[in-house]
Amino acid sequence: MADTPPDVPPAGRAVQKHPRAVRWMHWVNFPLLTVMVWSGLLIYWAYDPYRIGWGETTLVKFFPDGFYEALGLPRQLAKGMAYHFFFGWLFAINGVLYVLYTAFSGEWRHLVPDRFALEESVQVALHDVGLRTTLPPQGRYNAAQRLTYSAVIVMGAVMVLTGLAIWKPTTLAWLTALFGGYQAARTVHFVVTVGFVLFFAVHVAQVVRAGWANFWSMVVGYERVRPTPAADPFVDGPAVPASVVPASAPLAPDAP
Amino acid sequence: MKETPEQRAERLRAEALGAPSISEAEFQTRSRRAFLVAGASALVGAVGWQWVTNGPTDDRLPAVLRDGHRLNERLWRSLSSPDRLAPTFAASASEMPRVNGRYGLRGPFAPDAWTMRVLGPDGRLLDVLDLDDVRALPKVEMTTELKCIEGWSQVVTWGGARFSDFAARYASRLPARLPYVGLATPDGAYTVGMDAAAMGHPQTLLAYEMQGAPLTPEHGAPLRLATPLKYGVKSLKRIGAVRFMDARPQDFWAERGYDWYIGH
Repeated sequence: MADTPPDVPPAGRAVQKHPRAVRWMHWVNFPLLTVMVWSGLLIYWAYDPYRIGWGETTLVKFFPDGFYEALGLPRQLAKGMAYHFFFGWLFAINGVLYVLYTAFSGEWRHLVPDRFALEESVQVALHDVGLRTTLPPQGRYNAAQRLTYSAVIVMGAVMVLTGLAIWKPTTLAWLTALFGGYQAARTVHFVVTVGFVLFFAVHVAQVVRAGWANFWSMVVGYERVRPTPAADPFVDGPAVPASVVPASAPLAPDAP
Repeated sequence: MKETPEQRAERLRAEALGAPSISEAEFQTRSRRAFLVAGASALVGAVGWQWVTNGPTDDRLPAVLRDGHRLNERLWRSLSSPDRLAPTFAASASEMPRVNGRYGLRGPFAPDAWTMRVLGPDGRLLDVLDLDDVRALPKVEMTTELKCIEGWSQVVTWGGARFSDFAARYASRLPARLPYVGLATPDGAYTVGMDAAAMGHPQTLLAYEMQGAPLTPEHGAPLRLATPLKYGVKSLKRIGAVRFMDARPQDFWAERGYDWYIGH
């Protein structure tokens, strides 16, 4: 075990991964974001001009009537506003607490992208779609995770700010102007919502890929360490260094 | 000294694995506990959600959310200065807004016979005015963004008298400045309740012109409210009565589940 650094715990133990505060804020955010997207759709239904297309051609319409009907969204503007302006505060407070916690606890070190993040994120993405066999070095999170988890925090801030800009365009007229006006702020608010929904889809897919141990670590906070399997002598490939690793780290480094 | 790629890889690895660790037995204990806490929390969340959505209602809205509207109102009233002006635009940027909302405009109506009743808090008639009485007040033109509660908005040029000038002239007999103003169409089918701060704001007009021309019937001829401080639903068309009040006036949309205040 000479090549095992002394600070690496032996197999059979579980390493702390997510602090309690982060786990709570993560899981509280899930229903809050769901309620915000749902009530936002109740509001958006009342005026739904956005589309992807040019001239008379529309590639994607946000949204077709069938979408609203299927989700039971039409004719509930008042309800949507009431939920949105109530739960919006909880969403904002949870986000502010998360930023404060990660800043003061030092957790940000695991999360903030470093200067290699962009290039290494491409490598991670290529690996995840099967176009690359090796992964760049990583800490608790890989470069793509760092970028994404930091981006969603920025997105959350943009959501709160554009939301305030649409909600209070006189009291906070400077903020509305900062986003280019009332309708521009509404557009940004919508586009970032689509971004959140896409993030959610990829996040859940990656969690499923990474497996149970990784998922459970977001509940219990710890993840079991297990020995790296010996390199298979019948398969060509890079030699795996003899050390112990968390179940989800180098084996499934795309753990979200 | 600059970090080599190998040093960086080792540092990153140490960051991930250098965290405190626990034994398998401790992990099992914590897993069981986390399972119970997660289950209990989910249950609390579900019960809380039921409580919000299926609890008592207040004007067609869960009472909790109505309270939420009131809390938001208190917060934003304290944050917004009565002198702050809504953004204004060049008149050339304005356009005729779409026609939206016919509540209170449906019955037969003779514009020439139109009068507006001014009432005190007890319902006592203070005045009956015609359009010339309003035109006699200083005329103000403003180009502001009309924001519909549905989400669309249009820049519109309004012409009319400040409500504050109107109140100074026609409500001066009232014993005190009252906190609310209620507005109603002549048939009483559409009502709007406003707080005095918004009504006394310099951009709250009794408007008789839109885009430089007299109001058309579907836009509320001969006189309507125009204010950029609230969603368009508050800018009542075809005013039939103005009542100064000490209690919160009736409001058509607030009775139908919307926030009473909806201030910008």
